[in-house]
Amino acid sequence: MSLRPDLLAIAEAIVPHSRVLDIGCGDGALLAHLRDEKQVDARGMEIDGACVERCVAQGLSVVQGDANRDLADYPDKGFDYTVLSQTLQTATRPDQMLDQLLRVGRQAFVSFPNFAHWRTRSALMLGGRMPVTRAIPVSWYETPNIHHVTVKDFRELAEEKNARVEREWFFSGGKPVTRGTNWRAEFAVFQLSRD
Amino acid sequence: MAGASQSLRLNDPLPLDGGGELVDASIAYETYGALNEDRSNVILLCHALTGDQYVASPHPVTGKPGWWERMVGPGKPIDTDRFHVICANVIGSCMGSTGPASEASDGKPYAMRFPVITIRDMVRGLVALLDELGIGQLHAVVGGSMGGMQALSLAANWPERAARVLVIASTSRHSAQNIAFHELGRQAVMADPRWNGGDYYEGEAPDSGLAVARMAAHITYLSEEALTEKFGRNLQDRDAKSFGFDADFQVESYLRYQGSGFTRRFDANSYLYITRAMDYFDLADEHGGKLADAFAGTDARFCLVSFDSDWLYPTSESRHVVRALNAAGAAVSFVELSAPHGHDSFLLDVPALDRVVEGFLT
Repeated sequence: MSLRPDLLAIAEAIVPHSRVLDIGCGDGALLAHLRDEKQVDARGMEIDGACVERCVAQGLSVVQGDANRDLADYPDKGFDYTVLSQTLQTATRPDQMLDQLLRVGRQAFVSFPNFAHWRTRSALMLGGRMPVTRAIPVSWYETPNIHHVTVKDFRELAEEKNARVEREWFFSGGKPVTRGTNWRAEFAVFQLSRD
Repeated sequence: MAGASQSLRLNDPLPLDGGGELVDASIAYETYGALNEDRSNVILLCHALTGDQYVASPHPVTGKPGWWERMVGPGKPIDTDRFHVICANVIGSCMGSTGPASEASDGKPYAMRFPVITIRDMVRGLVALLDELGIGQLHAVVGGSMGGMQALSLAANWPERAARVLVIASTSRHSAQNIAFHELGRQAVMADPRWNGGDYYEGEAPDSGLAVARMAAHITYLSEEALTEKFGRNLQDRDAKSFGFDADFQVESYLRYQGSGFTRRFDANSYLYITRAMDYFDLADEHGGKLADAFAGTDARFCLVSFDSDWLYPTSESRHVVRALNAAGAAVSFVELSAPHGHDSFLLDVPALDRVVEGFLT
């Protein structure tokens, strides 16, 4: 099974035999990859019961839960890495979510669709409407994304939270972007740590 | 599927939580599937309150199929082509293991002289059985409802004995509401004049009281939706209300049937003792008041399953256990499955449960 580019970047950065908590793990693609390819002690949290059922049926350790509330149940630094892929923008309080990620994990990966991408900007500027793009494909009235964020915003939040950016990746159309990332990246991935 | 029906008398006395010990206790059990050479393919199945060891073979009294026939067998989610399944009757029960109807040392039934037992005492009996059978670590311990309590108790008190722990529609403690329903059942038994202080083995059993207890309990096993769908306000074998106290409604007739069927196969005193054991169950209390401490340092993998229509052991009870397991750093899965049948969903046709059970045990 091929992983999404942001998940692949995360999977490659994770050290074998480490302990990983994937929050919002969906159908468990990243967890299964980490378990099978890197002998990782991989755990997941997912709000959708049907997804959890599919994960458990694959032998993955996944708990049905709401990250906004249930991350608090996990002990400090219980994991080497926490992963939050394309879920931050759906969090009730992304700032508090980031705190939890860095409390539960020694390092945290966060990936999100970049609202400052030129497609989003032009949809709003030229069309005068809430953008519906390939990265953010849902209409404003039914989107789970309640806190849109840009690469710049996220950097500022990380700084405010005293989180160090260990690595970062940017993608557009599945390909890496290196320059003008706040304009050109559809998706961003950050690897963070906090002492 | 035919099980291998056996009974084993324990060599050592069984110490009990309430003090004292049970001497010469017997444990009756069934096995399914072959034991492999290194004895590493054993799944211990723990039965619910009124269940027994006949999990996948016909019940010797009623002739009905085993209580989890749909789950246990060749090619089924608990695959007896791969696993050696053991299911034992708990102590205190009445299907061959030592209980209140068994003979005490004076040759008469224990009746109410039987010691009050706990869930942990039941598990002590199961572990003693495994010891006698020479089985070290289980591939998995699996249980629903009271069986789930036993699975949790085994994981907490004998952590090295099971590599996987599967707990379905269960809880780590009996709530006030759970205790209240059990007390209702016990009072119904004891209010039956035939109960006679538990001393009825030479005469007629307190079937009326036990049937009422079963009727009340049975309501807690179902959901309002299931009852409405199955019976609604439909009348039984008549076109109009009788304006009397016959079973006018189908649901009344159904409960009476459940009650009377139960008294044929279950001992009233066992019902008292087993419901008491469940009421005393509080796994956190056994471990200094903190549930996470019950699972400290465990290497076992856990899976908890709840049903959205179960109001006897609702999802919040499973979440409570999951939270403690997370705090203890245990590998835990949890899923709330959608099923309309209430608590009894774990015994009924819920394909998602089959997938979860099979996936977790693999």
